[in-house]
Amino acid sequence: MTSNGKPKFAMYWAASCGGCEISVLNIHEKILDVDANFDVVFWPVAMDAKYKDVEAMEDGSILLTLFNGAIRNEENEHIAKLLRKKSQILVAFGSCANEGCMPALANLSPIDEIVKTAFSTISTDNPNHIQPQTSYQAPEGELKIPKLFPIVRTLDQVVDVDYYMPGCPPESHQIAAVIDLVIQVLQGKAELPPKGSVIGAGPSTVCDECTRKRGLKTIHEFKRIQHVQIDPEICLLEQGILCSGPATRSGCKALCPSANSPCIGCYGPAEGVLDYGARLLTAVASVIDSNDPNEIQHIIEGIPDPVGMFYRFNLAGSLLRASKPAWDTK
Amino acid sequence: MSEQFEPIIIGFTCNWCSYRAADMAGTARIKYAPNVRLIRLMCSGRLDPTFILKAFADGADGVLVSGCHPGDCHYVEQNYKTMRRFYLLRKLLTQMGIEPERIKLLWASAAEGQIFADEITKFTEEVRRLGPLNWNPEQGIPKESQPANPMEVSA
Repeated sequence: MTSNGKPKFAMYWAASCGGCEISVLNIHEKILDVDANFDVVFWPVAMDAKYKDVEAMEDGSILLTLFNGAIRNEENEHIAKLLRKKSQILVAFGSCANEGCMPALANLSPIDEIVKTAFSTISTDNPNHIQPQTSYQAPEGELKIPKLFPIVRTLDQVVDVDYYMPGCPPESHQIAAVIDLVIQVLQGKAELPPKGSVIGAGPSTVCDECTRKRGLKTIHEFKRIQHVQIDPEICLLEQGILCSGPATRSGCKALCPSANSPCIGCYGPAEGVLDYGARLLTAVASVIDSNDPNEIQHIIEGIPDPVGMFYRFNLAGSLLRASKPAWDTK
Repeated sequence: MSEQFEPIIIGFTCNWCSYRAADMAGTARIKYAPNVRLIRLMCSGRLDPTFILKAFADGADGVLVSGCHPGDCHYVEQNYKTMRRFYLLRKLLTQMGIEPERIKLLWASAAEGQIFADEITKFTEEVRRLGPLNWNPEQGIPKESQPANPMEVSA
């Protein structure tokens, strides 16, 4: 590893899709600023580096690490702990690292069920019923793959995190702004926000950035977008379409609602919200237009999967974190 | 185990009806199960579902939600909102593996001390029958993979 005097930068993906990395590359020519100001020492998706190279680094020698992905298996955890030790600033980057995101929806099922679904359902071509083993004795020696944990965890449920940058993925203009800030800090022109801050996002809700007209909300029926002609002017929730705007942190400029699609909540809980799903559930249930228990329950049938709806991005980061069948191993 | 399981139940009452009902039960010396820890809110409409989730996550075996009868709310219609949230939350909890019987909605007026006491005893027996919930998502995660001090890393 050459030393050119520049501060070191790392980015890692744990249980994630790779969208965060694409989002970083989407900052276009700003990526040249990253290269001009940082020495990229570890970024598996963009360059060749081995874990042992990171292990050989001095503790605290990486200035900035953007960690995306949730903690699904032992390898994710090992690298999270390793990068924590080697980094001065560790950023939970993107929804998976912040709150679990899609990988954490697996927290609704026990591990054996997940493996069964992946390897032995009717849509899978696996005539010999091969299932992954954590250890395999090959003629050349023992092969190992990382063991899955029973539940998916967020980064800060495993290691100490300095900053949180939400989004699935974080919007490129927000990433560019954060990179600008860090460069200014390096040049002594700005100061870092207090530890534990959410960076690259607003404090308020998506509704605050949404330009749709809002009136009195009353819902008689929850509708799915493929079944209705959406009015482009009026609030989506008022049209009976489940929109996550009321609970979701601002920062995306209400991208989805402005494209006639409901907010799905990828920026996570707004400032001060302890449990994202509870906040969204409160907002949605309160405007059901009925005072009759039977009718209310009938209207609620329009939400067939409440956990998937209200915790689409947030299950690992929620108060309950995982369904009982997933964690109750007894 | 010969000792009987004593469920921990968190009960949310409203200032104007259900808490007065509990008061009434007390002054009338009505006996009921001591398992419910009552928390008084100004209105059942103040009950953020977050409180219920936090109760379960932190060790409660059951949660009681109580307020004024429909139509009697001191704040006109907030208990209807409670009712809407209650049914949706119950559906969500069921999906999380928490039995719907662990959460109960009870309307009680200030005069219904006896009803309040009877319902609490009934609910306590129901939760006792279900057994402890012991919410612990990290149960299956090896000790060495858990952070040394959970308080240190929790947001």
